[in-house]
Amino acid sequence: MPVISAEPIARDNEQRSREDARHDRIFRRVLKFCALLVLAALLGAALSTLWGGREVLFGDGLRFLLSDSWNPVDDKYGALAPIFGTLVTSLIALVLAVPVSFGIALFLTEIAPAWMRGPVGAAIELLAGIPSIIYGMWGLFVFVPFMSSIEPALSNTLGNIPLIGKLFQGPPLGLGLLTAGIVLAVMILPFISSVMREVFQTVPTRLKESSYALGSTTWEVLWDIVLPYTRSAVIGGIFLGLGRALGETMAVTFVLGNSYNITSSLLMPGTTISSSIANEFNEAVGMHRSALIALGFLLFVVTFVVLLIARLMLRQLAKREGK
Amino acid sequence: MLTSHKSSIRFAVAAAFAVASTFAMSAQATDITGAGSSFVYPVVSKWSAAYAQKTGNQINYQSIGSGGGIAQIKAGTVDFGASDMPLDEATLDKFGLGQFPDVIGGIVPAFNIDGVAPGKMVLDGTTLADIYLGKITKWNDPAIVKLNPKLKLPAAAITVVHRSDGSGTTFNFSDYLSKISPEWKAKVGEGTAVQWPVGIGGKGNEGVSAYIKQIKNSIGYVEYAYAYQNHIGYAVMKNAAGNVVEPTIANFQAAADTADWKDSKNFNLVMTNAPGAKAWPITATSWVIMYKQPKNVANAKVAFDFFKWAYEHGQDQARSLYYVPLPPSLVQQIETYWKNEYKM
Repeated sequence: MPVISAEPIARDNEQRSREDARHDRIFRRVLKFCALLVLAALLGAALSTLWGGREVLFGDGLRFLLSDSWNPVDDKYGALAPIFGTLVTSLIALVLAVPVSFGIALFLTEIAPAWMRGPVGAAIELLAGIPSIIYGMWGLFVFVPFMSSIEPALSNTLGNIPLIGKLFQGPPLGLGLLTAGIVLAVMILPFISSVMREVFQTVPTRLKESSYALGSTTWEVLWDIVLPYTRSAVIGGIFLGLGRALGETMAVTFVLGNSYNITSSLLMPGTTISSSIANEFNEAVGMHRSALIALGFLLFVVTFVVLLIARLMLRQLAKREGK
Repeated sequence: MLTSHKSSIRFAVAAAFAVASTFAMSAQATDITGAGSSFVYPVVSKWSAAYAQKTGNQINYQSIGSGGGIAQIKAGTVDFGASDMPLDEATLDKFGLGQFPDVIGGIVPAFNIDGVAPGKMVLDGTTLADIYLGKITKWNDPAIVKLNPKLKLPAAAITVVHRSDGSGTTFNFSDYLSKISPEWKAKVGEGTAVQWPVGIGGKGNEGVSAYIKQIKNSIGYVEYAYAYQNHIGYAVMKNAAGNVVEPTIANFQAAADTADWKDSKNFNLVMTNAPGAKAWPITATSWVIMYKQPKNVANAKVAFDFFKWAYEHGQDQARSLYYVPLPPSLVQQIETYWKNEYKM
């Protein structure tokens, strides 16, 4: 039997650990590089849109932000109408998509029989993979005619309610902010609901079972146990959807009506930042091009502000929990 | 560490660009390239396929939009540019460029009213301008009724549809309205994109046709090919001579024939509202833009040969795509222009 002395093993170990340390260092640097790449891409995109739009952003300054007139002939541009359209359509989409996604996710994790969870979950993920141009075509050829057929009824019922009635009065074109908002809601639904479904599955069973044992109804378990446990991830999922809604281009362009309007009615056509860019960039030169790139920069700003608000909301919630 | 990473990224990007541009350069040695107007893209690509078969010379045309085409030819990165808007004298002189028309297209007002068949509605420029200004808002407005005494026009609100993307179609349409209506000229003006007083915007000819088909009592304007292929109700127009004319190939050619090319230097003329008795009032062309003293003479010669071939032998291909070949009178003027202006 060969005798193995302890010394070489110790030396081997020393060498191993030195090598390990070096590999760790390299690995750390690779990871750091990947993370910095994202940051560099984001900064690069933001700075290059800022640079591309400098003529309008710094030349016109506040007037660009506050004017609602978009006149390529006179080379006078205002971003208010696209910003308005972007925020309104995304808000409609969120108002519709969040409760439905919540319902889908809860049903799939808590209520649905086991055989149903897989197929429905897969269907939702498939929905997320449909290209936006398909939603646009569906919106234009199927959904717009449907909306134009129900809009008179909408105006006659919801349109008579004080305060919010104004939102539903207008010509029954089928196109407009409401239609775009609904199409967006369908598009972001899979994102929000699949994130919610994933995180709801992480809630420890014993928490839920304890609550049931104390006599809670299903709703009470969902609202008081599942939701607080997963709150920050749920809000993260909602803002992932919102981010997509803010930047969505093709589908919106098809159904929004593309006119630079700020109206009180959701049935009227409007425009969004991304659809304005998609529409006009091809033929734009000089100031017009600069104005469109400046719009792109504003989309960064709008998205950033929205995410900031989300962070603040989360922090506020965390604070209240602490009390 | 970080800075060295950054500089290496910069190097990689620069290298990639260098490789890409050498590829473009070497391709240019055997083929010629053009870029610009998407309006002419279908016919130019059909022509270039046939031309390549005949001569072996490849014409690579990229439909990046008129604005892009102008920028590319100014920068000298392509052999020819194509634009739906003519360049003015000052710009042409400054860069030493020349321009000439390549093919003709017609723009037709299209509508969707129950009970009114295609070609039955008569419109004139003033009425069209007032509809697009939002001054005429109902189909039974006295101005429309006066032009169409026999039609049963509904008391419905007009939904105005326009292009949402910048386009040569919009340029020619708004140019026509500017020529007819002083109010339009003052309030809106002409351009590939304008500030529309009323209406909804559809993306591309296909977007506008789709909206018109779906929205009852709407009116819009599309290229002739789209109105024809989609069986949309098109209107006939009262032209500058006071005649009511149909949108037909013969009438588009009549417009090109009677437009005042002789008095316009460098073909800097938009031929809307042409004076001919049969001229369709909203007839459009697009312009090929080339350097008068090209850097690459061999390539420029191929380009001229290509367009000469297209004028002479490309007519059937143009017609099959619902474009209108230039009338012989105009082709002759262009060939004279080549001889006088282009020094090679």
